[in-house]
Amino acid sequence: MSGEQLSVEQRNKRTLKKLLVWAVAMFGFAFLMVPFYNVICDVTGLNGKTSSTAATQVPENVVADRTVTVEFITQKGDGISGEFTSETKRVKVHPGEITLVHFFASNPTSSDMITQSIPSVTPGEAARYLHKTQCFCFDQQTLLAGERKNMPMIFYLDPEIPSHINQFTLSYTIFDVTERVAGKNNSVAAN
Amino acid sequence: MSTAAATHDDHHDHHHAPTGLKRWLFSTNHKDIGTLYLWFSFAMFLSGGFLAMVIRAELLEPGMQFVDPEFFNQMTTVHGLVMVFGAVMPATVGLANWMIPLMIGAPDMALPRMNNWSFWILPFAFAILIGSVVMSAFGAGNPSAPNFGWTFYAPLSTKYGPASTDLFILSVHMMGISSIMGAINVVVTVFNMRAPGMTLMKMPLFVWTWLITAFLLIAVIPVLAGAVTMMLTDRHFGTSFFDAAGGGDPVLFQHVFWFFGHPEVYIMILPSFGIVSAIIPAFARKPLFGYASMVYATASIALLSFVVWAHHMFTVGMPLAGTLFFMYMTMLISVPTGVKVFNWVATMWRGSMTFELPMKWAIAFVVLFTCGGLSGLMLAITPVDFQYHDTYFVVAHFHYVLVTGAIFSIFAAAYYWLPKWSGIMPNKTLGELHFWNSLISANLLFFPMHFVGLAGMPRRYADYALQFADYNFWISIGGFWFGLSQLLFLAVAVLCALKKGEKAPAKPWEGAEGLEWEVPSPAPFHTYDTPPVVK
Repeated sequence: MSGEQLSVEQRNKRTLKKLLVWAVAMFGFAFLMVPFYNVICDVTGLNGKTSSTAATQVPENVVADRTVTVEFITQKGDGISGEFTSETKRVKVHPGEITLVHFFASNPTSSDMITQSIPSVTPGEAARYLHKTQCFCFDQQTLLAGERKNMPMIFYLDPEIPSHINQFTLSYTIFDVTERVAGKNNSVAAN
Repeated sequence: MSTAAATHDDHHDHHHAPTGLKRWLFSTNHKDIGTLYLWFSFAMFLSGGFLAMVIRAELLEPGMQFVDPEFFNQMTTVHGLVMVFGAVMPATVGLANWMIPLMIGAPDMALPRMNNWSFWILPFAFAILIGSVVMSAFGAGNPSAPNFGWTFYAPLSTKYGPASTDLFILSVHMMGISSIMGAINVVVTVFNMRAPGMTLMKMPLFVWTWLITAFLLIAVIPVLAGAVTMMLTDRHFGTSFFDAAGGGDPVLFQHVFWFFGHPEVYIMILPSFGIVSAIIPAFARKPLFGYASMVYATASIALLSFVVWAHHMFTVGMPLAGTLFFMYMTMLISVPTGVKVFNWVATMWRGSMTFELPMKWAIAFVVLFTCGGLSGLMLAITPVDFQYHDTYFVVAHFHYVLVTGAIFSIFAAAYYWLPKWSGIMPNKTLGELHFWNSLISANLLFFPMHFVGLAGMPRRYADYALQFADYNFWISIGGFWFGLSQLLFLAVAVLCALKKGEKAPAKPWEGAEGLEWEVPSPAPFHTYDTPPVVK
């Protein structure tokens, strides 16, 4: 500390400034936790979120001597009054085997609806071994007034899936995001 | 800058003893501001306590009696918020304001005007928060006060929160600004204003624990501000930090909140450690055992508090490695805490102990805080936490560490330093009644909560299964008893404020050590204008 020729007031001000910078930095850190959390979740599957982009690689091999049970459940979020179901409730697959399942959503209202489905896997550690080559959850789906829509999902399990995961559940929650999309278009700066 | 210092001194000479409302509104004197903080926190303690009485009245018998479940939720929420941010935290800031300059031989806090501001924000912050409860109870249409628990988990507080959530957000922002400014003031004072010869390792432990608390505050209160800002933008500005429909994650809220929330519990308890470390040596008439280890233990508790937050959320589903990490880190905290308890007991060992009021509260603190610590150790074990999570066992745990811990130590501090503050010895008869009634009723109130919790009674419900009826009856009786007992302290404090009672000498406690006992009682408006010499 080179505080010899500084008065107490000057030293106080200097310490005050340092501490204020720290407080502001910690406020920023709270927001930094958001991308940090997302990265950790991507790496560890902490929150059971599956990849939001389509898998481009085809599995190299099918592990025929292992079967994993995948269960599908659906939930309706805010503003969804129609149907949202999975045609397949559970399926036994070999890791590496490409499987197609169908989901159905309906819009009984008299106006068009934009929906977004959010996937979640339990237990979370299975999430990163689930690869989807096609999924209705990658994009927002528009349900026209009165429409009943078939929404396919194609997936395979990573042949590397750990041997203690014999069963997991993939849940989809469908949300009505019509207003959110309209709000985004109206606002100047999205995000 | 030396001219500025000179005018500053002139300013003091001009307004040597400002009177009336102005004395308090415009005060830059650490003693007056300390007094304001202490009275404010006691008022909040009684208000938050009143909300708890509503909770206990409803839970006196099974079934719905007095309030509807919606209002009950508002009671639990605002009770928690008022007690944490309105009672415990301002009380310790008040103690810091009064005692730190006296203990380190400084004429005042380093930043007196900021000190004024950091206090006067608080009444407005709590007027906003408590105003929402008043509107809920008496307002037209009974708009709901915040009703999502003091932890305000998203999306309950974002998507499903009542309109008053925005009042709550503003109020929390204001409390946060107040806390950060108060903490900055403590750090600057301790770093720059110590009397010559008062080296860091000569500081009383109360100053040390408060210095570390202040660093915790500056580190985590901005994170709380960040969390409520995200809530605000989620609610009104189209972001989706915590909204799954927009790509956010509600569990993220819990991580951000508890990153603040766990250090927060140490913010509430570390000053208590300092208080007890001042009182036990005074009445055992022995120097504190292991001073240096106390400092290091406090610092390690503070550091560890940043890596244990997820033990509040074991049940959200974490990878095994994560739960193990947080479990072991949590258990590790019991090592420095154990060092502290050991040192307090070792200080009493073969001491010439007397049991004046401050010592009674301090010993009750050591015993009952350790009880709360042990139930915390049980909660740290991940698999059993799955059973205890969100039951009354958790309620029992944190009330043992916060009521019979933090609040008992604040009462110890009040009885110990009231002679210095007011020049009057606290009334012994009332004080004894206050202590024994509080001790017995607090245990009647909180101990059976362990049993109903282990038997599966969930927290935050307005009703319960019939098998919990007998226990809840006695818990409620303990609650009313404890609540009424606190009015005895109001009488003690008012008597001291009115200067009614035995006059206190400069050093009313025979074994007390420290600079604060070298100034007269009551402490004059200005002390240590010339720094004392510290040997």
